[in-house]
Amino acid sequence: MSEADPQAHGIGAARWIGKRVPRKEDARLLTGRGQYTDDVTLPGTLHVAFARSQIARGNIVSIDTSAALDIPGVHAMMLAKDIARQPLTMMSFFFTPSEVPITPLADGYVQYVGDPLALVIAETRAIAEDAAALIAVEYEELEPVVTIAQAMTGEPIHPDTDSNVSVEMGDDEVPEQLAATLEGAAHLITQTVIHQRISQAPMENRAVLATREGPEELTLYITCQSPHNIARWFSTALGLPEGAIRVIAKDVGGSFGLKNTPWKEECAVVCAAMLFPRPLKWTEDRYEALTASPQAREQEIKLDVAFDDEGRLLGAHSIYDCNNGAYPQGADANIAVHMFMWPAYKMPAYSFLSRGWYTNTNGLAAYRGPWAMESLVRETLLDKAARKIGIDPIELRRRNLVYLSDQPSTSSMGIPVDDITPGECLDKLIQHFDVPAFRREQAEARQQGRYLGLGIAAYIEPTGSAGSMAPMTGELAQVRIEPTGKVTATMSTHSQGHGTATTMAQCIADRLGVRYEDVTVYEGDNTRGGFGPGAAGSRQGVIGGGAAIRASEMLADKVKTLAAHLYNASVESVSIEEGMVHVAGAPEMSRPIGELANIAYGEPHRLPPEFEAGLEVQFRYQPPPMTMTSAAHACVVEVDAETGFVKILRWIASEDCGTVINPAVVEGQVAGGLAQAIGMVLLEDMPYDARGNPTAATFKDYLLPAITDVPVFEYVHANTPSKTIGGMRGVGEGGAIIGPPTLVNAIADALSPFGEIEELVLPLTPARILDVIEQRDVSGTRAHRHGTAVEVAQMADVPAPDPTSGQVPPVDAVVLPGGVHPAQDATIAGDWNMVLKTPMGPQAMKAHFDVEGGALSGYLEAPEGRQDFSGGTWSDGNAKFNLAVEKPMKITLKYDLQLAGDAITGKCKMGMFGTAKVSGERS
Amino acid sequence: MSDHSISMTINGRRQTGTVEARTSLGDFLRMDAGYTGVHLGCEHGVCGACTVVVDGRAVRSCLVLAVQADGSEVTTVEGLADPEGTLHPVQQAMRDSHGLQCGFCTPGVVMTFAALTAEDCKPTEDELIAAMSGHICRCTGYQGIRKAAKILVEGGAA
Ligand code: FES
Ligand code: FES
Repeated sequence: MSEADPQAHGIGAARWIGKRVPRKEDARLLTGRGQYTDDVTLPGTLHVAFARSQIARGNIVSIDTSAALDIPGVHAMMLAKDIARQPLTMMSFFFTPSEVPITPLADGYVQYVGDPLALVIAETRAIAEDAAALIAVEYEELEPVVTIAQAMTGEPIHPDTDSNVSVEMGDDEVPEQLAATLEGAAHLITQTVIHQRISQAPMENRAVLATREGPEELTLYITCQSPHNIARWFSTALGLPEGAIRVIAKDVGGSFGLKNTPWKEECAVVCAAMLFPRPLKWTEDRYEALTASPQAREQEIKLDVAFDDEGRLLGAHSIYDCNNGAYPQGADANIAVHMFMWPAYKMPAYSFLSRGWYTNTNGLAAYRGPWAMESLVRETLLDKAARKIGIDPIELRRRNLVYLSDQPSTSSMGIPVDDITPGECLDKLIQHFDVPAFRREQAEARQQGRYLGLGIAAYIEPTGSAGSMAPMTGELAQVRIEPTGKVTATMSTHSQGHGTATTMAQCIADRLGVRYEDVTVYEGDNTRGGFGPGAAGSRQGVIGGGAAIRASEMLADKVKTLAAHLYNASVESVSIEEGMVHVAGAPEMSRPIGELANIAYGEPHRLPPEFEAGLEVQFRYQPPPMTMTSAAHACVVEVDAETGFVKILRWIASEDCGTVINPAVVEGQVAGGLAQAIGMVLLEDMPYDARGNPTAATFKDYLLPAITDVPVFEYVHANTPSKTIGGMRGVGEGGAIIGPPTLVNAIADALSPFGEIEELVLPLTPARILDVIEQRDVSGTRAHRHGTAVEVAQMADVPAPDPTSGQVPPVDAVVLPGGVHPAQDATIAGDWNMVLKTPMGPQAMKAHFDVEGGALSGYLEAPEGRQDFSGGTWSDGNAKFNLAVEKPMKITLKYDLQLAGDAITGKCKMGMFGTAKVSGERS
Repeated sequence: MSDHSISMTINGRRQTGTVEARTSLGDFLRMDAGYTGVHLGCEHGVCGACTVVVDGRAVRSCLVLAVQADGSEVTTVEGLADPEGTLHPVQQAMRDSHGLQCGFCTPGVVMTFAALTAEDCKPTEDELIAAMSGHICRCTGYQGIRKAAKILVEGGAA
């Protein structure tokens, strides 16, 4: 750990940054005095329960609530039409409106098992649940689309959509030159990963207590990742001024991405509370959490990588698909998977096709390292390649990693690479782990029929992102020395276990020159402090820490100015240590900081001219757009060849997380992420049956890692300060990103005497490991996946659309070969309402086109402004034009649009982001 | 639903109440008695967050009915530290070893440790770890909980 901070301000002698101090939060939490949402009850609180859909897809014929309303203690029942009296627009994590219709309660049709249909308000939670169970719903059931494979061939689940594709990015075909590279390479290695669906499963389930305070104010207690973000979200969703919404979340029992955005149930409770005269509380139970909360992952990727005969990377292509469920918290083709697939490696060329798919399952939400698939597929492919080419996997990485000496450089997708150390982390790791000794031990063990394996993986991670998308902003620190001499700070950060009240206090104590014990940090209430998006994207230590540091330095300067004036000394001669203000060479002048504070607040006539009374400073830190964290991990396992059980024997993490504010907090973040990685690789699984029923409904089915599944982690610190104020790098998500490939590689190494894990299907259950050991389909995975394919083929055969049904054929069907639309004399000229499906959600725009012969000009207009273009072409119903944009980064957008009657369809090539779909209709 | 009058001692104080037969001890402790340090993480006996000590034994309060605890002595996490606020050795060990992050699983972990290390009990580290395998912590990867177990065993031997 970096005990001495490289960017020390030189104020106090006592350093608090880098110390393993006890956490401020713990005394409260260890004595049962935490305040989680369900712990709060207001006078008159009533309780909410939901009746939920029991089928995955269908139309609602009728809902009979009469029996439920008869139960004593039931106060009200609300359906979609009742809730709709309080309008609310559900939005994605990026504050963009959902592109498919979504309402808090199912309105007319249901799209997944667990879709909430009715809300019951009752005296107690038990009564509300009793009543909800008595609501009788009659459905007209439709064939559900459950898997990605079914989504590809089945009919669209959402009204007014032409396919189940939620977003598509990238290239349909491998670019010609890359295809030639792949084809002609000495080695072409393919890795396929089928990642299971995951429940974020924070120990505290979702919960909200909402109370309307008169006609203009709303107070929410809600378990979330940032009270500020929730206030902003609801203020936009409800069209209320943000100041009218107070959001309080003092203690939160974990989030891991789930609680970024309020979803259907929270929205329903808030709408109900706007309409109902008493405070309403909903606390999700675990059954609901597992079966009806948003979920994560369920992705498939096939990656092809070409190597030369020395194992150097030549080119790569991938096809990636992600199950978005019915209502994702942002339609997602996961562009970050591709952006971060290769910047840590010298990869000359990469292309991809990336798609998100709507299905009749729970919606997709974030989970720690949502783009983690890049590290998993790349690092497991590299090990497979090492075995196939016959190179040591460490050597293979060393040949291809981007070392500091190679920087600055730019990745093949245009990501600037100038501050990453995965190679250096790997080298440090190897110094701490004797690989040759392990290989000897492994060989001896094999002789005795014991199968040991070593897995190594390296990665980089974008952290502390700010400024490129709506919710990701800087952080605000407001630091005060109170008249008592105690220091308080209001931060825009928020802890769901991160311990920001501790780490921020350390930053402040360090730079102000006071005792850690004398600093108190307030957060968890949007009426305190400025906007901050909270815990998302491993950002709070980096940005919040930077804000706390700079604000404290500014405040120290203010104290020094005052002291210099009062004691007739020079500012340079004043120092602050342990809460005492000293003047160099005059020990008799030393005063407690509180004495100066008293003067600053209470004796204005003693202050220097132009000196603002009080000792208070605020600073909002806007960091560089992104700060990279690097790491290399090693893991040793033993696989029992009889049972297929995996035992993890050792795990070493070599991490570059920059300046470490508190080693215990940093190690805690890494360890927590690694435990979740172990869960993803070995245990956790949220499967659906063929009818779309989630089948892991309790913690007896959904297996979380226990203490006996998780080894003791060892840490090698390879820290180099980043370029941010304070030099921190984010550590919130990394363990969950690098952990899975490290463990899979160790297992694959142990299994190598038996064969390859040809297709990596997670979790690697004992049965799936026996598939490799016994070289047959012990687990039934192959049969199941093959069986799925057969089912899909049958499905595709059956519902051939009836041409006499009056259905309008899709536009594509009337486009003649060569893309020429029959109505050739139609023109694109005029005004259009267009939608561009960007990776951050659909972007609505107005378009105006002018046609002169074959020349096309005009403009596109979005809320951010209008942009004109000229020099486009128009021929045979096809429009092509380019637009250069500056945000979120400098790229040229290349539009290629097809006119079909009064509709436009087409594509926009967005530089490194690949290709996005465009649609439009005349305005 | 039938109502039942019950009475028990919670953290040294008498608590009476009227509950339905189906009311769990966990719900009674949280909602009737106000001990919100009792956390409900699954309500089906797997996560261990709801663990309290009843008549000297650590039990999952989501699996015990309030009526079953009628007449017993219950200790929740609120009753562990001494009245002046000095942490119980288990709480101190957890604090010293950074055994918690969000703190939601913590009351259950602490109560199991407390029950197993009470009075003359001298569990081995392995026994404590085995007991901890009945507690799910989603945050910490159990590193600090392991350290706390070690401190409790070594402290106990000293
Ligand atoms: S709430 Fe009792 S074991 Fe989980
Ligand atoms: S500390 Fe969060 S669940 Fe254990």
